[in-house]
Amino acid sequence: MKEVLDGNEAAATAAKLARVKVVSAYPITPQTTIVEKLAEFIADGELDAEYIKVESEHSALSACIGAAATGVRSFTATSSQGLMLMSEMLFVASGLRLPIVMTNVNRSLSAPLSIWCDQQDSMAVRDSGWVQLYCENNQEILDSTLQAFRVAEELLLPVMVCFDGYILSHTAEPVEIPEQAAVDEFLPVYKFPYPLDPEKPVTMGPLGVPEYYEESRYMLQEAARASKEKLVEVDKEFKRCFGRSYGLIERYHSDDADVILLTMGSLTSSAKEVVDTYRKQGEKVGLVKVRSFRPFPAKELIGALEQAKAVAVFEKDISLGSAGGLFLDVAASFINVKPAPLMLNFICGLAGRDVSPIQIKEAVRAATKAAETGRVRRTVRWLGLRKEVLG
Amino acid sequence: MSLKPGAIITEPGSSARYETGSWRAFKPVIDANKCTACGICWLYCPEPAIIKGKPHAVDYRYCKGCGICANECPFKAISMVAEEHK
Repeated sequence: MKEVLDGNEAAATAAKLARVKVVSAYPITPQTTIVEKLAEFIADGELDAEYIKVESEHSALSACIGAAATGVRSFTATSSQGLMLMSEMLFVASGLRLPIVMTNVNRSLSAPLSIWCDQQDSMAVRDSGWVQLYCENNQEILDSTLQAFRVAEELLLPVMVCFDGYILSHTAEPVEIPEQAAVDEFLPVYKFPYPLDPEKPVTMGPLGVPEYYEESRYMLQEAARASKEKLVEVDKEFKRCFGRSYGLIERYHSDDADVILLTMGSLTSSAKEVVDTYRKQGEKVGLVKVRSFRPFPAKELIGALEQAKAVAVFEKDISLGSAGGLFLDVAASFINVKPAPLMLNFICGLAGRDVSPIQIKEAVRAATKAAETGRVRRTVRWLGLRKEVLG
Repeated sequence: MSLKPGAIITEPGSSARYETGSWRAFKPVIDANKCTACGICWLYCPEPAIIKGKPHAVDYRYCKGCGICANECPFKAISMVAEEHK
């Protein structure tokens, strides 16, 4: 059945279809309508779940951790400052290997205060051991959220489904909603192997003495690495059940491209339009979209980018004092690969500023010049920077 | 011991195998002549590493040498002695 849903409704619908048993969240713009919708589903008896009200995001994720430890499917959603307040518990959730699924509606971080979109919030917690998927449209939000539960529960690893605030969260488009019976088949009732049970006591979160801590982290890293294969496997299974699949990355006219645009999130759609205009003029410009940022698909990106002359990495975040987080990982992927394409990093679209086709073309021109001359003058550039207001 | 995901421990009481007495720099020595077996040290010991009896005794496998027992004993029956082997 097709319905017109905004991104937040798509996320809430997916959580309902997944028959989550516990929802705990705290309202924060632009995520709020996700948990409002879930509260409504529960109040109307459409979803059999506990909605745990809390006083902060730190408590929201703590409640989900407790719920997941008893062995039930748990879900939360947040944005920006809320994710920052959760950050301590993010590491606890992954360290305890609790398969919580979270929606993060991407929003910029204070200060200055902003409620609009960029990807600095989830980028700031990239090292937390959570799988991070970035969605391009509302259908992908619904589908990725369903896939997220399978991946999380089969690997005992939490998953964060990220999408752009307002651009997707508050924009409606047609979304195919799968039948409940088909979802039940794809996502069977969850069974955690070591639930909290007074009849069979376990210790969770013991002291990690130096003799064991390192091995515990190694096992977490192995699970995070294994999530790459698991994402591919679950994506294939999803295609078999529902006819749609997304992959770790998506290639768009990139196989023969000299210049490739690398994007993550909703910017991908605008950039694809720009690629189309270049292709109409016979210019070899392509695009690669990163859907899975953690695990990072290094091997797949090497395969998709190595024949290009220059790669323009677009991103709505920056590791201050260095470069964009996506750029750093792409660059690191090529550390032992020769020859590698030249790489340029374009910081853009911060705090909801539009990234227009004009700006994307400006980046393509810079990357084309690098491809032609074999040189990059400035590696990290800010697209659309208003120099006249700099103090 | 092989680790479970999340370092979850599924065997109840297995921490008894971890002998925290190896942490000790000072050990409590009970003077049998002064000990009245009142149980104050047993009550205060956080481990618990006091074995009740007449007189009380210390379970040195788990005693970390914190000295609370010596501090609390109303009869000054417990003294803290440096561990010579360390």
